[in-house]
Amino acid sequence: MLEVGGLRSGYGGLDVLRGIDMQVGDKEIVAVLGANGAGKSTLNNTICGIVAPYEGKVRFAGSDITGKAAHDIVAAGLIQVPEGRRIFPNMTVRENLELGSYRRAKPRRVANMERVVAIFPRLKERFAQKAGTLSGGEQQMLAIGRGLMAEPRLLILDEPSLGLSPLLVEGMFALIARINAEGLAIVLVEQNVMQSLSIAHRAYVIENGRVTLSGAAAELMQNAELKRSYLGM
Amino acid sequence: MLEFSILLPALLNGLTIGAVYALVALGLTLIYGVLHIINFAHGSMLMLALYGVFFLHALFGIDPYVSLLIVPPALFVLGYALQRGVIGRASHGKDENILLVTLGLAIVMDNLALYFWKADTRTIDTPYGFDTVDLGIATIAVPKAVAFVAALLICCALWLLMARTDLCKAIRALAKERQGAQLVGINVPHLFAMSFGIGAACVGAAACLLLPSFYVAPDVGQVFVLIAFTVVVLGGMGSFAGALIGGMIIGVTESIGGLFLGESLGQLGIFVIFIAVLLFRPTGLLGHRA
Repeated sequence: MLEVGGLRSGYGGLDVLRGIDMQVGDKEIVAVLGANGAGKSTLNNTICGIVAPYEGKVRFAGSDITGKAAHDIVAAGLIQVPEGRRIFPNMTVRENLELGSYRRAKPRRVANMERVVAIFPRLKERFAQKAGTLSGGEQQMLAIGRGLMAEPRLLILDEPSLGLSPLLVEGMFALIARINAEGLAIVLVEQNVMQSLSIAHRAYVIENGRVTLSGAAAELMQNAELKRSYLGM
Repeated sequence: MLEFSILLPALLNGLTIGAVYALVALGLTLIYGVLHIINFAHGSMLMLALYGVFFLHALFGIDPYVSLLIVPPALFVLGYALQRGVIGRASHGKDENILLVTLGLAIVMDNLALYFWKADTRTIDTPYGFDTVDLGIATIAVPKAVAFVAALLICCALWLLMARTDLCKAIRALAKERQGAQLVGINVPHLFAMSFGIGAACVGAAACLLLPSFYVAPDVGQVFVLIAFTVVVLGGMGSFAGALIGGMIIGVTESIGGLFLGESLGQLGIFVIFIAVLLFRPTGLLGHRA
């Protein structure tokens, strides 16, 4: 579904990503793990066309999307739910969801909205409320809901657990597993290592803009180096 | 104390010109709201639009109100092309550059107009130019009454458009959250140019409504750009309703001010209000806190 090869990118001529290779298969959850500043969000934004790559290739669903405009990548079905949610605070929950299908799946907007509020009944209660007034957890639901409105073929979730209470974090991971079980491929970018590995099929660990570890999630969970660097064990 | 029969027409006059100010300011506030820049070329675009209306009338005998079907779309195209082809490209994504580019465009447009059409002040004659309507309490010039009603209608239409269509939802989304907008697939350069185009179309409509009772000259834009800017600041940067209310207040202030202080000092009140707003309520009447 997604193939990234030798990807280098960054800001103002400075390298943040120094050659990333990764693949995501159909119906897979792939976790991308790493500390703050490792380059995770830059990787997402380069894949999604918000940051231009210096070098390397990105292929999605069989076609080359390297350096394409963000809206063309959305149209192809690669949807990112970004870190910090990036919802539209000045607009209602309903309008936010509607805009989720601005570029893609517009004819099925009504049906998809029903599907989204079935997943997040809370959003239905907040339908007419300005998105900026929602709680952190509700904003995260809205951000994911907005992403689902576009009928993604691959969904990139950047730090979906950030800023949520432990109980909500657990619910969030359960939800991600559920959406994936319906057949959607997911890239899960997280600092929350163990919980991510517990629902992911495979994972990549990024440090300083390079992949330092990769493999099946179950194996990585046993990896001594990973435990040492992220759990202090 | 002045008599009611003098004050009331002045008030009505102020409201009519205020509606046109509101229309010009609406374009400015839309561009500000989305691109976060003051379009210094706004007055010059109005000047070009006024010349457009003038020449359509002088050369082809097209009535200014019929020009409403021609000039606003033409200005939309001009605005779209300027943003996409010049302003966006030359600014390299930096706000302070956009500011300078629009200022530069204004100077270029004004001086090209001066070169081609000379500094003459031009007006047009329409059969209804001096007609009046009797409202019972006061009489009002037909072109001004038309301008008032049409400007209000256009403002309302634009407002509805902003609330209803996907395009305008996308513009509102982009105004607050650029990266979020990119991630739902909004084509940012296209929408920036669309907003600029719609802002320019507002100015085009204002030109059609103004010319029957106004004049055109290469520096006419300067008269309006400062007033429109005041309206936008008074109403609240980026606020639609604010531009409408602000336009009315400024129009009435100017008109009443002219009555008491004489025509040339009439604008004094506008800038007193401007300074007062900046001192006491810098976010404007309906503006949101930053």
